[in-house]
Amino acid sequence: MIRPSPAAASSTRRDFLKTAGSATAVALTIGFEWLGPPRRAMAAVGSPAVFAPNAFLRVGADGSVTVIAKHVEMGQGAHTGIATVLAEELDADWKQVRVESAPANAKLYANLAFGTMQGTGGSSAMANSWSQLREAGAKGRAMLLAAAAQEWKVPVSDLTVDKGVVYHAGSKRQAAFGALASRAAALPVPDNVTLKDPQDFKLIGHQCPRLDVPSKVDGSAQFTLDVALPGMLVALLKRPPLFGATVKSFDPNAASAVPGVVKVVQVPRGVAVVAKSFWAAKQGRDALSVDWDDSHAEKRSTSQMMNEYRQLAERPAASALKVGDAAAAIKSATHTVAASYEFPYLAHAPMEPLDAVVKLTAGSCEIWAGDQFQTVDQGNAAKAAGLEPQQVSIHTLFAGGSFGRRANVGSDYIVEAVSIAKAYGADGTPIKLQWTREDDIHGGLYRPMYFHKLEAGLNERKELVGWRHVIVGQSIMAGGLFEVMVKDGIDPTSVEGASTIAYKIPNIDVELSTTKNAVPVLWWRVVGSSHTTFAVEAFIDEVAHAAGKDPFAFRRDLLEHEPRMKAVLELAADKAGWNNGPMPKGKGRGIAVGEAFKTFVAQVAEVSVDDRGRVTVDRVVCAVDCGIPINPDVIAAQMEGGIGFGLGAVMYSAITLQDGRVEQDNFNSYRVLRMNEMPKIEVHIIPSGEAPTGVGEPGVAPIGPAVANAIFAATGTRVHVLPFPKSNQV
Amino acid sequence: MSTSFELNGVSTTLDADPAMPLLWAIREVAGLHGTKFGCGMALCGACTVHVSGKPVRSCVMPLSAVAGKQVTTIEGLQSKQAKAVQEAWILLQVPQCGYCQSGQVMSATALLESNAEPTDADIDGAMSGNICRCATYTRIRAAIHAAAQSIKA
Ligand code: FES
Ligand code: FES
Repeated sequence: MIRPSPAAASSTRRDFLKTAGSATAVALTIGFEWLGPPRRAMAAVGSPAVFAPNAFLRVGADGSVTVIAKHVEMGQGAHTGIATVLAEELDADWKQVRVESAPANAKLYANLAFGTMQGTGGSSAMANSWSQLREAGAKGRAMLLAAAAQEWKVPVSDLTVDKGVVYHAGSKRQAAFGALASRAAALPVPDNVTLKDPQDFKLIGHQCPRLDVPSKVDGSAQFTLDVALPGMLVALLKRPPLFGATVKSFDPNAASAVPGVVKVVQVPRGVAVVAKSFWAAKQGRDALSVDWDDSHAEKRSTSQMMNEYRQLAERPAASALKVGDAAAAIKSATHTVAASYEFPYLAHAPMEPLDAVVKLTAGSCEIWAGDQFQTVDQGNAAKAAGLEPQQVSIHTLFAGGSFGRRANVGSDYIVEAVSIAKAYGADGTPIKLQWTREDDIHGGLYRPMYFHKLEAGLNERKELVGWRHVIVGQSIMAGGLFEVMVKDGIDPTSVEGASTIAYKIPNIDVELSTTKNAVPVLWWRVVGSSHTTFAVEAFIDEVAHAAGKDPFAFRRDLLEHEPRMKAVLELAADKAGWNNGPMPKGKGRGIAVGEAFKTFVAQVAEVSVDDRGRVTVDRVVCAVDCGIPINPDVIAAQMEGGIGFGLGAVMYSAITLQDGRVEQDNFNSYRVLRMNEMPKIEVHIIPSGEAPTGVGEPGVAPIGPAVANAIFAATGTRVHVLPFPKSNQV
Repeated sequence: MSTSFELNGVSTTLDADPAMPLLWAIREVAGLHGTKFGCGMALCGACTVHVSGKPVRSCVMPLSAVAGKQVTTIEGLQSKQAKAVQEAWILLQVPQCGYCQSGQVMSATALLESNAEPTDADIDGAMSGNICRCATYTRIRAAIHAAAQSIKA
């Protein structure tokens, strides 16, 4: 890697001073810190860069274009999306584009949607990177053009670029980016660049093959599971069987006697067995006996908790939205509808059980993980290690799924790994903490359990005049780093999707009763909308039925003022053949629509219910508006995957507690969707010129209510408790 | 204790506890990392390898059980069915997080090696033991059909 010339450095500093506040400028300036030792330590093996105009781009002498991704690739296609945006403005050749994960450095790589924190979540990767990376690419392009103009002594305006090659038509000269890179590196970074007219996009909106796919097809993709460092040991941690219990005492002898076990150490979360192999660590942990102090542990069952939630729904609660007077409107209505919905705790169960590798010494902590929350993890790791955050470096690897699990304010799995390395002796021995699937299912940080109670009133013309919605459940944000987001007793992640209800109703009341349980909870793919969209969309269907209206037409008429939501609803209905007449006996169609993270999704589900009540979801038609579609095929894939993920949860998944103990262990008792249960899916993307929004999560929300409404259409029975009753399961 | 078998066409002797699951022997002793750990209980298929040409869950098979047998992992796939599967996987952009995909490719390859033109029901039968939490199932199904067609062509 060649250091930039002093001229370039001072120019970018000026650039920063002039345009402080512009995120790209910040990145450009601090980009030179990035060339210091920490950056080199993190650099992946690859062609040396000769041109690195900002923290997001390196062009090698061989013409390779390396895009530095500040977002983790956990399946959602972020690496490909990020590269598409930057490569578009750079006019790079897609075949020469590769992606490298950024190091943990919030100054350079903050998620602009999170403020000053580096991390991935809230379907924000593309939305927050869009302008930043377009500018980064455009500045790189401008500098490569300036280099060619300088070399050929021609005006920049006479040059064109296509697929990583600069052309001068007049003199029939051309030069590839690689050949221009070192000259470009000596030039000042321009203050302003003109971004492309979207009509000229060559990559955005077209099909760029995912950059990570080849390595994920031949087994060579590197996950944390695959990290193998010289002398590395493997640790398994025995955690308390009840939430809130702690270690009273333990006997390490049986575990230590297992061949291959090196050490048994106590850490704040439990007792770890450190061994030469997974198998030795596993046998050691099986042999380990620990006495737990469960005097402060959660000992209730989820059935008890849900009873308490039901009672709480009858008491006054905090107001999340108040329009008009819903109680009065419902009281004076000619017809009322009421229903309640119950949602279980859910585990994320990413395919790769949580894991992290830590190499700890007296003055440094190096971490390898499918890290989703770099800044938070850096801080928590430092605290656990007794170091400063800047002494902690993170190699972000591919994550084998996350669905929110790897982004948590306590950095649970990272802190465990660091504290084990510390208890082991902090002698620089790399230690891989490996969770088993049972650890994952028992491990807490679940999607909270919720109870929803809804009431609605119709007037004599069968118009919806009042809507009352009470939500009861734990807060995700309370008591942690995001506590500041909780205002007037309202955690926005408990009510989003309900307090943001799009339907035009003159009187609305949305209330929240926040409960306190010792069961740790966390955002789970699509967060609040994972339950609120179900409640709103299942209930509006009940209201439409009570009003004697078609469920699609009823929704559409209440969305006149919401053109984007209405458009996805109409497109899904149209493509599904909603108005093509009734389904045959035993089959039904259901519709649902929702907005999450500013992306609009509508889905129509078609189900078959056999004479024993067993449900098969045959087909799902999905319409999505996520602004400018950056990678249409990735968008389709996220909708398909979101539908499968959401469908598995509503049909099968629940974490339940009996006397405080989690009753599920592995994929036999925590059921998720399998191949034979996956419906056919069609995805339709609304063309749009709006700024792009995320697609990783919003596809999850509508599928549950769409299927529940389809079951009603087929059978006349409503689903009020999730997961669907066993009798519905094939 | 050591166990000898053929690993991806190479005769191999691994010095490890014969009770160690084949998965961990392949990963930690032989150093081949394409085969993944997802459940450890034959419930997810992430650890699927071929033993004597048949797909097995290596997380529950002790190393001793493959003595003298042929074991193929994702790194050793050679057959025309395997190549067709991997090409179709790329063409249809199947993987998301990718963690389950070695297992999916191994199961799909074994299916096509025993059934040149599987129906949807055959695919359900052969692939329902392979969980994909990213739910790439529609593309897996389409890619298996595409691979079958490409071999026929
Ligand atoms: S790890 Fe072997 S089947 Fe899941
Ligand atoms: S691609 Fe993520 S689990 Fe299958």
